[in-house]
Parts: sequence; C-alpha cells; structure tokens
Amino acid sequence: MSEARDAIFTRVRGGIPRSDDAAARRAVAERLAGHTRGLQPQRIAIDQEALVDLFAENAQAVDATVSFINSAGDLPDAIADYLRSRNMPAQAAIAPHPDLDGIDWSASTMEVHRRAPKADDRIGINRCFAAVAETGTLVMASGPDSPATMNFLPETHIAVVAASEIIGSYEDMWDRLRSANRGSGEALPRTVNMITGTSRTGDIEQTLQTGVHGPKALHIVVVKEG
Amino acid sequence: MLADARIVLREQFLKADVGITGANFLIAETGQTVIVTNEGNGDLTQLLPRVHIALAGIEKVVPTLEDTMTIMRVLARSATGQEMSSYTTFSAGGRRKGDLDGPEAFHVVLLDNGRSKLLGSPTEDILRCIRCGCCLNACPVYGKIGGHAYGSTYSGPVGAVLTPSLAGLSEAHHLPNASSLCGRCEEVCPMRIPIPKMLRHFREEEVASGMAPASARRGIALWAWFASRPGLYRTMTSLTTGVLSLFGRKRGRFSSLPMAGAWTATRDLASPQGKSFQSQWARRSKS
Ligand code: SF4
Repeated sequence: MSEARDAIFTRVRGGIPRSDDAAARRAVAERLAGHTRGLQPQRIAIDQEALVDLFAENAQAVDATVSFINSAGDLPDAIADYLRSRNMPAQAAIAPHPDLDGIDWSASTMEVHRRAPKADDRIGINRCFAAVAETGTLVMASGPDSPATMNFLPETHIAVVAASEIIGSYEDMWDRLRSANRGSGEALPRTVNMITGTSRTGDIEQTLQTGVHGPKALHIVVVKEG
Repeated sequence: MLADARIVLREQFLKADVGITGANFLIAETGQTVIVTNEGNGDLTQLLPRVHIALAGIEKVVPTLEDTMTIMRVLARSATGQEMSSYTTFSAGGRRKGDLDGPEAFHVVLLDNGRSKLLGSPTEDILRCIRCGCCLNACPVYGKIGGHAYGSTYSGPVGAVLTPSLAGLSEAHHLPNASSLCGRCEEVCPMRIPIPKMLRHFREEEVASGMAPASARRGIALWAWFASRPGLYRTMTSLTTGVLSLFGRKRGRFSSLPMAGAWTATRDLASPQGKSFQSQWARRSKS
C-alpha cells in the first residue's frame, strides 16, 4: 500500500511545479491560519433580524416549515401543535441535549424518549449548532448530545435553533465551530451535517419526489430568546 | 416506487456491516471527507454500519474548508439549479467517546487510477471537475444521443475528456470527435475547464498517432481538398443534395446508404429537402 502511495506522490511532485522556498511556505501557513474566505454573498450583508427572516424564507423555499416561539419553555406546546396539525402522534425520540433536557415536557401532551432514534421512530427532535441564512441551511454537530442519525432516520425531523444562532454564511459557521471546539481536544466534530430542506430525488423519471431515504418533513422551531 | 425503495433499502442500511461511500471533496486542512446528496442515502450508508469506507480520487482534495465552501456555492446551482443540495456532510473520523451512533471505524481510500499522470499534461485541467453535470445539460450532442452512448461512467463533454484521459486515448478516441466544438460546455462550467481545447488536443493526438481509421483520414483529406475550392465544393454539394433529395423524396429518410452504413445501421438519415443553404441564400438575396 505504501508503495502505491510513494509512486503516487512521486508522480504528483513531478507533475506540479513546486517552489520550495520559504516565502511560498509562509504564504501557505498564513492562508491556513487566517482561514481566508472566498467571495461572500451580497445577500447576507444585513442585520441580525433580517438574517433571521432571510433564513426562514430560504428554508421555506426548500419545503421546510418554520415556526417561531418566544422562549424554550414554549417548545413542547409548539411541537405538539405542529404534530397535531399533521395528524401525527405526539411521540418522539429526542436528542439528550442539555437545552432540551431543561424543558418540562410533562406539562404537554408530548411523549419524548431521550435517546438516539430507532428505525421505527416516526419523529425526531434535536438541537442545531447553527443555521445559515444564506441558503436556509441547518448545521448539526454530532456529539454525545446530538446523535447524527436523528437527522436522517425519523420521517419527520424537528430541529430547534435559537435566533441568535442564525448566521450569514457557511464560513461564519466554521468560525463558530472552531471556537466552540477550542480546548476540547478535537478541532471539529466527528460529523457536521448541513441540511437544506427535505430528502428528495429526481432520479425516478426526472420528477421531483421527496422523502427518499432521509426525512419526508423538516420542521424548524426558532427560539427568539436564548 | 419511492416508498418501496425507501422500505427495502432502509432495511439494507440497518443490516449492513460496512458502508462504502464516495466523496465529493477531501479537505487537506482538516482531513474531512465531504459527501453531497439530495436523498440522504450517503448519510445512512456512513452512519448506520459499523465501518465506513470512503473511496475517492486524489483530485478531490481541496486545500481548506473555506475553499470547499466556495466550490459548494457553485456545485448545486450548476448541477440541479438548487441553491444547495439537501445534505452536505463533513466526516472527520469514527465514533468518539460518548457518541450514541456513527461508525466505529472510518477508513479513507485514495484512488489514483491514472489521475496523477494527468498532472502537467494538456488535459490536467479536467482534474478540477466537480462532476456537477452542467456541461451535459448544455451539450447539444449529449442532448441528442444521451448518456449511454458514451460507454463509460462519465458521459457528455466531461466524459469525452475524462474517459480518454484516464483509460487512454486508444480506448476512447471516438469520444473527442463526438462534438461540434460549439463551446457551450466551457461557457457554463463553474470550474472554468477549457473542454473544447482538450477535445481538440485529443483529435490532434489521434491523427498524429495514426489511431484515426484510414478511411476517416482519407475522407477528411478529400473534404479539405474540396473545401479549399469553394466553387467546386458548392457544385458538388448541390449535386449530392439534389440526388439525395430526389431518391429520398418519398420517405423523407434513408435506412441504408452506400458509404454511410455505420450511420444507417442504427438510425435513419434524414433526406435533404433539395437546395443547399448557400444556393437558397443566393436565390433569396437576388429576389
Ligand atoms: S466539466 Fe465543468 S461543467 Fe462539466 S461536470 Fe465538470 S465541473 Fe461540471
């Protein structure tokens, strides 16, 4: 195996003109350290409130539904209402995230199971790391409090994000992830899922169909405070 | 059909020991692999089984996360017209302490298979291709003949460069010829890959190395001889179209023709309607 590797590297080195001087090395080091961005979209050069609106608009454009609540305590009722309106059972797997643990679910009709989702869970609830206004994209960071399968196994995915976590661009998100992980021993989460709308395909006779392998429905709850 | 596929494949995902995916990008800065899907199939494949193996060509390596995001902004827009595909997933290893799911082992296989040989060659730019498929949608030839006619994984303009690049020109020297060189592929390519230039390169190489069949070379030489004598060329073409339209008048097409057997074996040749463009032009501008 390492023989193949050596042969490949030899060909790569032979094929790409390289300058081994210190200036070139410094340029690379600076680029890495500075996290130099490419062109940023104009549409996100707006204030935070407008970013939240832009996020909701873009998420709805890709078939997600979005609802707003004033505080995390309203979450159980908001989710129960959503499920009732879809004629779905008030039963869900929920990620063991501290923010979700802190909520009193017993006061609502919701029955939540705090664990990774099983194959037959119809509804999954989890907590976003951030949301990108640019394209209405959710960002989920895997970890003990956020099993990545929650984003894919249940038919209905309900994601909770705070308004303050809605940011402009993808690059803003990586900056946040890097600083959130600083000191944790891992530069970045094992899995980062960027989710833009529901599961879809055009593979069958070129017509758009949703809910292929991932969720058929994506509901986003934006918590305005905290 | 979709519901069945969901049920049957879901079971396979849950049963499998090993999940094998490709990767759209490999990020040098962070060691992450990236897959982009609309279905979520790639994610179930890499999350549920015990082992995740990602297999990707070495040209998928992108320097930094920021560079990757720049490319992400053009990928879905060029591929399907979406702003972003449904699922973009960055993986950086196996299950960590406390994780409730994810593969126990994560293994990346880097595939060369001819790619490193392209570096420094006239077709090295094709290594930038992100397989968005935009050039396929823009290509009038692809639009007529469809993907299977290209006889390999990659069809359309990108296939006409990639297949001979990786498999060798002798395996696919007809592909670079299946183009009118209209240039639309280059115009729409988000990675600015000069496809027509590379097609021309392969055509030259084909002739230089004597791969082009003798009959084709003689035919082209004959055509060039006529084409450099406009008066004669016009006389010959109006004679030929006249004869063809006379014989083809009844059916409007030919299902067999001398010297065009390779064409008529699989499809009809439409018969010309009588007058060449040049002669019509001359007649109309007179009246
Ligand atoms: S050659 Fe360009 S347009 Fe064609 S698939 Fe590759 S990146 Fe897309």
